[in-house]
Amino acid sequence: MLKKDNKTDVIVVGAGPAGIACAITLARAGKDVVLIERGTFAGSKNVFGGAIYTQPTKELFPNFETEAPLERRSIAHNYMILGEDDSTTISYRKQGNGSYSVIRAKFDRWMADEAKKAGVTVVEQTVVRELLKNGTSVVGVRTELEEYYADIVVLADGVNSLLAKQTGLRKDIEAKDVALSVKEVIKLDKEVINNRFNVKDDEGVIGQIFGGPMLGILGLGFIYTNKDSVTIGLGVTLEDLVKNNYRPFELLEQLKKHPSIAPLIDGGTLKEYSAHLIPEGGYKRIPKLCDNGVMIAGDAGMLVNNLHWEGTNLAMISGKLAGETAIEAINNNNFSKKFLSQYEKSLRNSFVIKDMKTYKDLMDIMHQRQNAFLNYYLKKINSFFEMFTTVNSVPKRENYWTFIKTIFTDRKISELFKDLWAIIKLLWSILV
Amino acid sequence: MNIDKKLYTLKYSPDTQSHLNPDKEQCKLCQSKNCTFICPAKVYEWNEEKQELIINYENCLECGACRIACERKSLGWQYPKGTKGVTFKQS
Repeated sequence: MLKKDNKTDVIVVGAGPAGIACAITLARAGKDVVLIERGTFAGSKNVFGGAIYTQPTKELFPNFETEAPLERRSIAHNYMILGEDDSTTISYRKQGNGSYSVIRAKFDRWMADEAKKAGVTVVEQTVVRELLKNGTSVVGVRTELEEYYADIVVLADGVNSLLAKQTGLRKDIEAKDVALSVKEVIKLDKEVINNRFNVKDDEGVIGQIFGGPMLGILGLGFIYTNKDSVTIGLGVTLEDLVKNNYRPFELLEQLKKHPSIAPLIDGGTLKEYSAHLIPEGGYKRIPKLCDNGVMIAGDAGMLVNNLHWEGTNLAMISGKLAGETAIEAINNNNFSKKFLSQYEKSLRNSFVIKDMKTYKDLMDIMHQRQNAFLNYYLKKINSFFEMFTTVNSVPKRENYWTFIKTIFTDRKISELFKDLWAIIKLLWSILV
Repeated sequence: MNIDKKLYTLKYSPDTQSHLNPDKEQCKLCQSKNCTFICPAKVYEWNEEKQELIINYENCLECGACRIACERKSLGWQYPKGTKGVTFKQS
């Protein structure tokens, strides 16, 4: 609750997974916390691909599997490599409950309601325009209507975080460090989804799509199954959209028409279209995450593990850790940068920064070799299977050698070595 | 499916004022006009005759891509007021 002088212990900006996790952690410890959200309700401006992860969500909401509005429990991951008109799919399937597809307008709203129950004051329909400072310390926020003060302000205001920029902790994002994602939620009957994806009512599939209309550009597509809808979308680095003059929704239209994708959504009607930016800069683009009186969590801190499609979990855990540091800070009445740096330290000791560090070279290598890994080899995988499955009365050994020869005729040997070197470098940086 | 049909699926509460304010002089000098094609809601159109951007800010999805893609870094971009803008219900 706000006290008389409009001051509270902590103000959290942004009711997404990071902000809600932070606020609820504080409220459960008996601290006064105000969560400010610009949307009509928590979730109304929040967009993602499609799944939340069970283990990190349980850390914050132990009973969410029975209480939260969930769509389908993921039981299969399909990795689809699309050529221009063919595709190769690897599917890993196992009964489990590692992740669930959700609709953010429902799920985030539920999380925010849980936060309210825990004592968080949720202020909706309010945009924070500015941070209030006293010298070098952040001491509050200015909304459209009034000024709120707090000992600590946590910025969980998403990828664009204009506020993180204001603190000077974050530089402006570059076009190569974000992906612009567009997606459609397409209504289909439950039974149709069950049949097409080979699942039961509450079971779902996550599809990760390489190639197709994104051959040669740094972008990936995705499919998620919801209860009575299928989400299909793609994300492409803004840099590649700009370079190629692509309209993102036209790429999505092409993806929807791909012969391996079209049957999955055939006959469906569009329920909702949306777009969002995804931080893709990786470890090297993580800004300083705290200063006097302020911490940054979730997408605002560029905390996304793009290779594993993890974002909401990094958001939740970073929010929780920021909340824990804030509790200590309040107990010690110390809101200095030095004290709050405990937050960065705990992030470094957690999987959040460790994982991002593991993939620190990934994006550099992908930017350098994108035509190799996101065009040439994807097509090659498909042409291998084309060769392998073709029955044409040509002896198989001849087919093999024809295939092998093409590798050396349509790609320079020096390029092949560079590709191999890039793979070795990448694997080394990941494993060592 | 064209973009207008896609945008038709969304609930908007448009403001009377634009939250997107490019520097019009800079727009005239801009070569790439990135905003006119990268925007996922086709908010921006270039009027060749008037030499200015037409801004359909009511359609904005608030993603922020235009601000970053702007060649001249001269796009005044802020979130719409608290009660305004797009509401996603199914995403």
